[in-house]
This record gives sequence, structure tokens and C-alpha cells, in this order.
Amino acid sequence: MLANMQSHSIAVFGAGVMGRSITALALGRGVDVVLVDVSDDVLRDARAEITQQMRHGQLMGAFPADKTPGTLTTSLSSKGAADAAVVIEAITEDAALKVRVMAEISGVVPAGVPLITNTSGIPIAELAKSVQRPTDLAGVHFMNPAYLIEMVEVVRGPQTGDDAMAVVLSFLEGLGKKTVVVRDAPGFVTSRLLHPMINEAARVVAEGTASVESVDRLMHGCLGHPTGPLRTADLIGLDNLADALRLLAERTGNPTFEPCELLMEKVSRGELGRKTGRGFYDYGEVLS
Amino acid sequence: MSQDLTTTAESIAQTIAAFVSKRVGADVPADKDLFESGLVSSLFAMELVVHLEQAFSVQILGDDLKRDNFRSVQAMTALVLRLNGAE
Repeated sequence: MLANMQSHSIAVFGAGVMGRSITALALGRGVDVVLVDVSDDVLRDARAEITQQMRHGQLMGAFPADKTPGTLTTSLSSKGAADAAVVIEAITEDAALKVRVMAEISGVVPAGVPLITNTSGIPIAELAKSVQRPTDLAGVHFMNPAYLIEMVEVVRGPQTGDDAMAVVLSFLEGLGKKTVVVRDAPGFVTSRLLHPMINEAARVVAEGTASVESVDRLMHGCLGHPTGPLRTADLIGLDNLADALRLLAERTGNPTFEPCELLMEKVSRGELGRKTGRGFYDYGEVLS
Repeated sequence: MSQDLTTTAESIAQTIAAFVSKRVGADVPADKDLFESGLVSSLFAMELVVHLEQAFSVQILGDDLKRDNFRSVQAMTALVLRLNGAE
């Protein structure tokens, strides 16, 4: 794995839901990870949760049994990424914040190290403006939990180079992922389809057409959706979902993509889904 | 199996069954395959691990972390008994 590279470690920026899950995936596949975040508290929580996620991955048979897990290092500074063979950005879905962090990362890592953004929908071309070498930038949209879901959506930006694409795809293969490469666009494929569906599902509930459970049961039982859109929403995190919908509305000019009232109410009440113990469903104690 | 062990096994099974039933919102027979019946999602499987560790003060590590050990109330009871006995 990571052929033609001296380093076998990667750096992940952002120790939130996705950063943790991606870190657990890499560690479980024997790759060392430097996890970077601005908060020491967040990094401490992340370390504990990542340990549990790796156990979860093992429980579900997601990691090769003969592989020694990678080592996790945490860092408060982007300089922690200096030796990484691949860098993955998984910070908050906020375009301005991403632009700032991407510029910073791009100043720390040498040319030829692929910079992956895990954005769920900001066009790669837009983020490419903030980095020193747009050819090294590509999008990889991991799903949560990244260590269990076999497929990832790979986004090739208009400036992404062949070399970066080759390294990214071989890196993902080493992580045991199946890939589908798509062209750059707001929301790419999965968010463009899934996020508006979740938004509509919440509207259906708000209008009283059906309960949360009924919506999910129908989408599961009739249409084969694995969990139903609202359970999926809780897994994504409703704050992230609202951010992503807003980005999608702005960039497509389609106002129906704006997060609906019920979604916004839940976010303002701090009911963000599984990570806070309550979203569309009640999860009792938070899994830690 | 001695009387003591039988009682322990029964009470462990009851505790586990109560937790599972509450979370899935239905009665769960001890031998029901929780994964096959779709009652247990992958995320809930991990909650079962954490719950067993906390409720019975055991650590589930290494090769014990496999789905078969959590497949049914019966299987989980056997695992807890084995880990308790190993102390």
C-alpha cells in the first residue's frame, strides 16, 4: 500500500464524527494516523471513541485479522501533518473555514502529497482556489461509519492531476474501499440525492403525513433503503446535514434544498442525532 | 451445572434479555438470532458489547469480539459466564 512513498502515515484534520471514523478505518487497516484538531478536549474524546470504533470494526469483521493496527498520534498543530503520505481534511462543513484550513495544510505538506477533502458537497474547484497546488487536491466522500461502509464517492476536480488520482485510488484500495469516481458538482452524487430526500422526509413528518418511524419503515420495507432516511440523518448529524443543505441550496440556486423548519428546530435544541443521544430518534445514553 | 451456576446463568440471561427487549421494543426469546432477524443493527451490536462490559464488569477483548458471541441472548450469556469464570 501507499506505493512509491516513504511514509506510511496519514494525517486527518478535524476530530469530529467523520475524522474519528476515518481514523478508526485507517488504524484498523494498519496505517498510522496523525489526528489534528484545534481542541485538546475534542482530541481526548476522539481517542476514546476511536478505540471503541476499532473494537466495533473488529466485531463486525471489518478489519483484516492479520494486520497490526496503526498507531494514533494527536496534534494541535497542522505541522503534525508534515510527514504524512496523504492528508485528509474532515473539519466542519463550513466553506470559509475549509478554505482557511486547506490553505494552511497546503503550506505544510510538500508537493506531490495528495490532499483529500471529505466535504460532502462543496465543489472541489471552489476549495482548489485556496490551496497552493490544485493538482494535488481531490474529494473523497466517506460515509459514516467509514470503517464499515465499503464504498466511497471519489470526486475529481477540474484541476485534479492524474498522479494525485492514482495515489488516492491506490490508498483507498489499501483501506479496502470500493470506489466510484464522479465529476465535480455541488453535492456530487450522494449528497445531491440523499440530503434533499432527508429534508423532504422531515417535511413529511412536520406536515403530519406520517411519523418518523413510518417514513423510515416505508423507505426500508418498500424501497430497500438500509435504515430509512431519518435514521440515516441521525447518523450523519443534523447540524452537519443543515450545513450541507444550505451549501447545496446556495450553490444550485434551488431554494427547496434549504434545511426545513423541523430540521432547524432540532439543531437549535441541540438534538443533533446519535452523537448527542437524540435526533429524530431517542438513543438513550450516548455510546462512548 | 450446579444450582448456583444455573441461577447465575438465568439471572444473566434475564438481565441481557431485558436490555435487548427494551431497546428493540419487543420480547426477545433467548435463542433468537438477533442479527439474522434484523433486530440488531451494527451500531446496536457495539452497544451490546459496552452494555455487557458495564453490567457484568467484564472485558471483551481480542477474539471474543466477534459477532457470533452476540448473536443471541443465549450466546451473550455463555460469553459472560465464561469471562466471569475465567477470573
